[in-house]
Amino acid sequence: MRSKLRLPAGKIAEARELAGAIASPVHSYIEAHTTVTVERATLRALGADGVDSLGVPVPNLAVASLAASGELGGGAAGRYVSALLTRDLAQDELDQAIAGGLDILDAPEVDPAAVEAKARELVEEFGRRVAGNVAQRNARLAEFGESERSPILYVIVATGNIYEDVKQAVAAAEQGAGAVAVIRSTAQSLLDYVPHGATTEGFGGTYATQENFRIMREALDAAGENAGRYVRLVNYCSGLCMPEIAVMGALERLDMMLNDSMYGVLFRDINMYRTFVDQHFSRMINALGDIVINTGEDNYLTTSDAYEKAYTVLASQFINERFAMDAGLAPRLIGLGHAFEMDPEMKGGFLLELAQAQMAREIFPDCPLKYMPPTRFVTGDIFKAYTMNAMFNFASMATGQSIHLLGMLTEGIHTPFMQDRYLALESARYVMDNIEGFYEEIEFREDGVMARRAAQVLDQAIDFMRTVAAEGLFDAIENGRFAEVSRSKEGGKGYEGVVEKAPDYWNPVQDLIERGLGR
Amino acid sequence: MEASMFVRPYGDTQDDGAVQLSFTLPVDDDARSREAARRLVLGLGFETCEIAHAEKLAAGFTMFIAYARTRHGVELDEIPVDEGAAEKAMGYHEVNEFVGREIGRPVVVVGACTGFDAHTVGIDAIMTMKGYNHHFGLERYPMFEAHNLGAQVPNERLLEYAVRVEADAILASQVVTQKSSHVKTLTELVELLEAEGLRERFILIAGGPRIGHKLALELGYDAGFGKGTYAEDVATFIARRMVERRSA
Repeated sequence: MRSKLRLPAGKIAEARELAGAIASPVHSYIEAHTTVTVERATLRALGADGVDSLGVPVPNLAVASLAASGELGGGAAGRYVSALLTRDLAQDELDQAIAGGLDILDAPEVDPAAVEAKARELVEEFGRRVAGNVAQRNARLAEFGESERSPILYVIVATGNIYEDVKQAVAAAEQGAGAVAVIRSTAQSLLDYVPHGATTEGFGGTYATQENFRIMREALDAAGENAGRYVRLVNYCSGLCMPEIAVMGALERLDMMLNDSMYGVLFRDINMYRTFVDQHFSRMINALGDIVINTGEDNYLTTSDAYEKAYTVLASQFINERFAMDAGLAPRLIGLGHAFEMDPEMKGGFLLELAQAQMAREIFPDCPLKYMPPTRFVTGDIFKAYTMNAMFNFASMATGQSIHLLGMLTEGIHTPFMQDRYLALESARYVMDNIEGFYEEIEFREDGVMARRAAQVLDQAIDFMRTVAAEGLFDAIENGRFAEVSRSKEGGKGYEGVVEKAPDYWNPVQDLIERGLGR
Repeated sequence: MEASMFVRPYGDTQDDGAVQLSFTLPVDDDARSREAARRLVLGLGFETCEIAHAEKLAAGFTMFIAYARTRHGVELDEIPVDEGAAEKAMGYHEVNEFVGREIGRPVVVVGACTGFDAHTVGIDAIMTMKGYNHHFGLERYPMFEAHNLGAQVPNERLLEYAVRVEADAILASQVVTQKSSHVKTLTELVELLEAEGLRERFILIAGGPRIGHKLALELGYDAGFGKGTYAEDVATFIARRMVERRSA
């Protein structure tokens, strides 16, 4: 990639080193701990499913029992598989029994070799299913690849009713969408369990459940066939159940998942230790599923000023990249985020916006960058919003972004009508087709406004990361270095669900993934 | 005699009644659907309607852009001055500007689920960054310093913390109402404040799905917020009350 901004390679390398220095101590903590949701996700990967009469998922019942007796440090897989063997039950029978009140701790220990063998059988089945999904996706992409537009046009549906969402999603696919995300019911992030089954009611969105994933996947495959395009399905790992939702995504062939290393801490007040352990395991699952992760840097700009705080976006990108690579994700799967959020009243703001988008493109050349539309300054003036989105469409295409989250003219009012989504897609197609070739054609003035802006943001990001590296990430968060919010180390939700790994900790799912990564 | 204040939409001429509409019908685009769209608009009280544009959104869905004229209008004189509107909550930007202008420093708010209550969804919706349903929480507000103490906070600790950080307002959240436990816990907080001679120092707010404004006032609180409340509602109340108290 020819550099237009001429950013010094030495500085970019330094930033990456700093990201490594920031992530390393966190990684040590992660290696030594597990959480309730990591263990529940492990059980799900081994095939555990179902709910009891109150809707409590079987993995929750099993893990809660282990946690209550202080045994979770050894991992949940061993106990679950032992129960399977001692009772000589088929897996769904065991799950039903657990739902009916069976405590898996009741099972006497079984010959460890038998447990390992059975676990291997279940884990390999999981591995095969996920590999099958990866192969299916690649086959469809190969089949339809020619018609793939770049950036991928990404839209959101969110009616609360998965069947209504399907209608909206299918329509969006017809209109040119390359990716459809189903916004989750508000505050699902804060649930310490994953809801079960198809759902028709949600608030401000639709619950992420495995069955909802399956329903939408089927609909988008059919819509994609009709449109001659592979339509990617997107959902959100965020919250207290990152690993479990990642497993569900891998099982149902989702293609992209929101997965940010710090979003939960900063924006949902989830405990930081819990978040870091969860994001690592969930990203390993994403890697197994060849699923692109999207990170949430747009959140920094929704209140902090996009001009003043652009460097926090860049710093977050470096940190997210580092944590992603530590979990086995290759750059082509790391969809780092950024957003077009400067004050529209700012004279000359567009050049700065363009500079920042180009900067991200050059610093992360192999990452499928996700560029997000203006929201902060969008009001009920739908016509102004439509124009702002056109500028955003231009900036995106002009800097070679990879994933383009469509802005809706009604962003300031309601979740999109079908016509809002159509108009957004029409505008994007018009602008992007019309300026085809612009990115390749245009060079930037050496030492001009854009080059200087990018250099400035990079310098600020490096300064910031030096501070964070010196303090340590946990302390830096507590000191309010990120997003102008301070989170105490042992505060927030979910800390009680973090446990130190026992010396005999065993996780056959983690082992499978690490073998695959050659570790 | 005063000129009539009868108001009609204005396109480019007084009283031309011109309106632009756009809507989607779940039908394919053809002559019959366009006529259906036209009749729909006429049925809404318009005298004339032209379908300027029809666009297929997807199989079975068409969007229409229509220009129509109506003889309907509104007699402004008949509209009473809305007292209620004065109490409408300010939006996020507005309330932050208001605080900056009228108070000149961040408003300090401390919130928690008090007593044995561990259900923090409500207080989190009001306080945490992401808030609820796209309405950011107080942590996001530049002119508010928000302290969310979380679940099961004894009244004494809440008070002690509020004093320590020099809070302007205290939010007590109660979700559980079995055996009127919420009344007991909420009342205790007021009694504690009064015993310490601190009641007047804080703006005291009660919140929860079963907390109404009336109940809150009865219990000695300054306000009560129930279901459907967002952070800006609470922020507006606190900011306005602080200014009122100052000028009282």
